[in-house]
Amino acid sequence: MSGSIKAVNIGKAYKKYSNRWSRLIEWVSPFYKKQHELTWILKEINFTISPGEAVGIIGINGAGKSTLLKLITGTAKPSTGSIFIDGQVSAMLELGMGFHPDFTGRANVIMAAQLMGYNDEEIEEVMPEVEAFAEIGNYIDQPVRVYSSGMQVRLAFSIATARRPDILIVDEALSVGDDYFQHKSFDRIRKFSKMGTTLLIVSHDKSAIQTLCDRAILLDKGCIAQEGKPEAIMNFYNAMIAEREKEDITQEEFNNGKTQTTSGTGEVKTEDIGLYNCEDQRIENVRVGESVILKVRIRVVEKIKTLVLGYVIKDRLGQDMYGTNTWYTKQVINNLQIGDRYQFNIKYKANLGIGSYSVSIALHEQNTHISANYYWQDLALVFNVINTKEVQFVGNNWMEPEIKIKPYE
Amino acid sequence: MSLLKELWDYRGFIKGSVKREFQLNYQNSMLGAAWTIINPLAMIVVYTVIFSKVMKTRLPGNAGTFSYSIFLCSGLFTWNLFVEITCKTQNIFITNANLIKKLSFPRITLPVVVVLNALINFLIGFSLFIIFLIITGNFPGWVFISILPVITLQIIFSIGVGIILGILNVFFRDVGQLYSVILQFWFWLTPIVYSPTIIPEKMRLGLKVNPMASIMNAYQGIFVEKQIPQWHSLIYPVVLGLILCMIGIKLYIRCSADMVDEL
Repeated sequence: MSGSIKAVNIGKAYKKYSNRWSRLIEWVSPFYKKQHELTWILKEINFTISPGEAVGIIGINGAGKSTLLKLITGTAKPSTGSIFIDGQVSAMLELGMGFHPDFTGRANVIMAAQLMGYNDEEIEEVMPEVEAFAEIGNYIDQPVRVYSSGMQVRLAFSIATARRPDILIVDEALSVGDDYFQHKSFDRIRKFSKMGTTLLIVSHDKSAIQTLCDRAILLDKGCIAQEGKPEAIMNFYNAMIAEREKEDITQEEFNNGKTQTTSGTGEVKTEDIGLYNCEDQRIENVRVGESVILKVRIRVVEKIKTLVLGYVIKDRLGQDMYGTNTWYTKQVINNLQIGDRYQFNIKYKANLGIGSYSVSIALHEQNTHISANYYWQDLALVFNVINTKEVQFVGNNWMEPEIKIKPYE
Repeated sequence: MSLLKELWDYRGFIKGSVKREFQLNYQNSMLGAAWTIINPLAMIVVYTVIFSKVMKTRLPGNAGTFSYSIFLCSGLFTWNLFVEITCKTQNIFITNANLIKKLSFPRITLPVVVVLNALINFLIGFSLFIIFLIITGNFPGWVFISILPVITLQIIFSIGVGIILGILNVFFRDVGQLYSVILQFWFWLTPIVYSPTIIPEKMRLGLKVNPMASIMNAYQGIFVEKQIPQWHSLIYPVVLGLILCMIGIKLYIRCSADMVDEL
């Protein structure tokens, strides 16, 4: 069956030479010891993609995603292992498709089509459709150097998908286009996928991966960290990011204690922050409208007079969804002694829309953390809201509707 | 064999690239493609007027008015073909880095495009030279056909040199600079503007080592003396050219993976 991809134990390493002469030395004297060090970008990658499957590759910047795509497309060669590809591949790596800036869009389309093995009649046949899909108007006859990056992507995508390939590989390029074009291109990708094209997509866009893909592969430091259902992998990935970002913050605290985030004077420390469901199980995925308990355990390090705990739930873009503190709820704790421990159980209904949310925690003296800030932590916790039971809806809020319809005269 | 099939499959790209490259050279100039004719025409005129009329230079042993300018042109046009192929092939991977990194296609098409383009430029100039020969009554007649094998062998040699330089140039950018220096010496060490007969006996061995000297000598023989080349003198350049091509392909197979990483 055409459309399968099989990677067997592939690895990719770049050679690093200590200086300009060492490569020459290595070349001219074959008996001399190796002058280069290998930097491994990918290691021991094994996977099989069956025809018609849609697979998303996710991972932080530098995890090796683009390199992996290059290896599959065939522009770069693996250092170890081998890749078996069956079928015709159409790939869109990075921006453009090797467009020549001085040629017009049309000339570049022709060139790209020729490189994809089209003959003259075939090019003539697809040209109008490519033009129509890219929707760049008269720019098609202008040199590509005057194009915006969005226009280049539109054109590149239009050529790459002018015909349904057996395998379609799309790098993050699509995120450059505007919403309108993104939707349009996703529609086309989805259509191809339904018709049996194998998809391989790299994206940071969670919804793209979740809606398009049957399976996701998470790359971390050049290895496959996890593989499975897109949703599960996305959650794992989010947790991984949260972990990383927390580390970054601690680092920041260490280097520069002046900024507000890090000016936590440290009289109080958090010991554990977790989100629990009604059965007291720690969870990361929350159903829309589910009752959950945010548990924060703290320990007093130095004697203080008052303590207020504040928290804010933020969406993916960092916008506040809800936040309050124990000053407003009139639950200020007084006269704390060294070694005192407290557990805050904050119970609330997750009346939130589908998406990823984070919780920030602040421990301070008065009603705001500006007066005396003991401890402040962004992204202390990340959780996802999923919709399994409720009617489909959009937006950040869950406002349970009761819709009545009756005919009237 | 698969190489030829790949070339055939990508003939559309090759044809298109040759056309584009040709257009690119002239699309921003007002006279456009006329420059392809003006340049070689100027060359013929300059050499003919200056050397034949003004300086009255004559080749030793040949009293024809135009003999020296024919001698010059037959060497210069073909030398320029050699220079164009080697210099462009030398930069072939660097100038096409954008394509090589983003698309998967048979790389063999790239040198083919270079050679075809150089040949087009060469043919435009060279046909002017032929017209000049016919007008002045110096056309060598059927002997002319014998330039075909000579040009073929010259192209093989040029590709061999160019590919090796091109691969090395990706890793050591000094190669490009070095080659332009070498070309200067190579040009003056090859009998193109002077006759090989003026070289002292002791130095003749140097000409034997220089494959371009035998090739140039063949052209000059065809056009000035109207004689078929002594084929045995071309065995050395053919063999050397084939060896260089083989080394180039070997080198390419060994380095192609590293090359993409380096671009």
